[in-house]
Amino acid sequence: MTASSRKTNWFKYAAPQRLHSLAGTALPWFGALAVALTLLGLWIGLGAAPTDAQQGEVYRIIFIHVPAAWMSMVIYLAMAFWAGVGLVFNARSASALALALAPTGALMTFIALWTGALWGKPTWGAWWVWDARLTSELILLFLYIGYLSLHAAIDDTRRADRAAALLALVGVVNVPIIYFSVKWWNTLHQGASVNLLRAPSMATTMLVGMLVMALAFWMYSIAVALLRLRVILLEREQHTAWARQVVDEMRA
Amino acid sequence: MKSNMIWNLNWASVSDFLAMGGYGLYVWGSFGVTALVMLLEMWSLSARRRSLREPSPYVNEIELENFE
Repeated sequence: MTASSRKTNWFKYAAPQRLHSLAGTALPWFGALAVALTLLGLWIGLGAAPTDAQQGEVYRIIFIHVPAAWMSMVIYLAMAFWAGVGLVFNARSASALALALAPTGALMTFIALWTGALWGKPTWGAWWVWDARLTSELILLFLYIGYLSLHAAIDDTRRADRAAALLALVGVVNVPIIYFSVKWWNTLHQGASVNLLRAPSMATTMLVGMLVMALAFWMYSIAVALLRLRVILLEREQHTAWARQVVDEMRA
Repeated sequence: MKSNMIWNLNWASVSDFLAMGGYGLYVWGSFGVTALVMLLEMWSLSARRRSLREPSPYVNEIELENFE
């Protein structure tokens, strides 16, 4: 018996049909929050925040660089967690959720690397350096690509879920390496600008702008992952009556 | 924090804003590519969702069998 067929309340949403409908209910809320927070964050980051005394205007890149870098790590942990749940409990919906998170995580990693390069050129004088932070973030991109490629290479969906889950779980070791790389090694990349234990090393408007953008990236990632989860569930459950009914309603 | 910190604009003119203190290429290159890849992600997802409406060969076969 799979976890998705248990009658416990906890597993209620593990059934693909229920999860598809729950994701559909939550999606517009996260989407609306993503749009509103992005507009506010762009207004603060590009419009209101003062010029940085040391870096000039180029520092504004951090308003997307830092949220994207945070999301690249958070999404990886979430993806590995749900892939692990899918592996251990043989839960189809959890594996689908892991697969739904991966492309968005890869996208966030790409954005972090791209904006980092555009910030590094005028600030450090180089698009890229083989610094511990940059290198471990690049490895994160390869982990996402590896997860997706391995999944795509295996025809049987559940076998693909299991094999890719193993890769995702092994790759988790890279996340603390990224996070602590600026402390463990003497890197060119600067240390954390925001820390829960001490006052942030930036002006209040800049900090507010960055936190609003971080929330916007959270909402965007959740909304897009929910949308992808819905598509994956429909693709995988094509043989069931409920999925065919949903698709029929889309045709109408 | 005073509320005007968030609502007052930092820029004297539109050209100031676009020039980004000489870093326009880097700042707009960052924000532009980020917006582009996010739009591409949403567009490709909605295309994938639309393609669900195309009947798959497998489903067609079953429907044909049932029909016969």
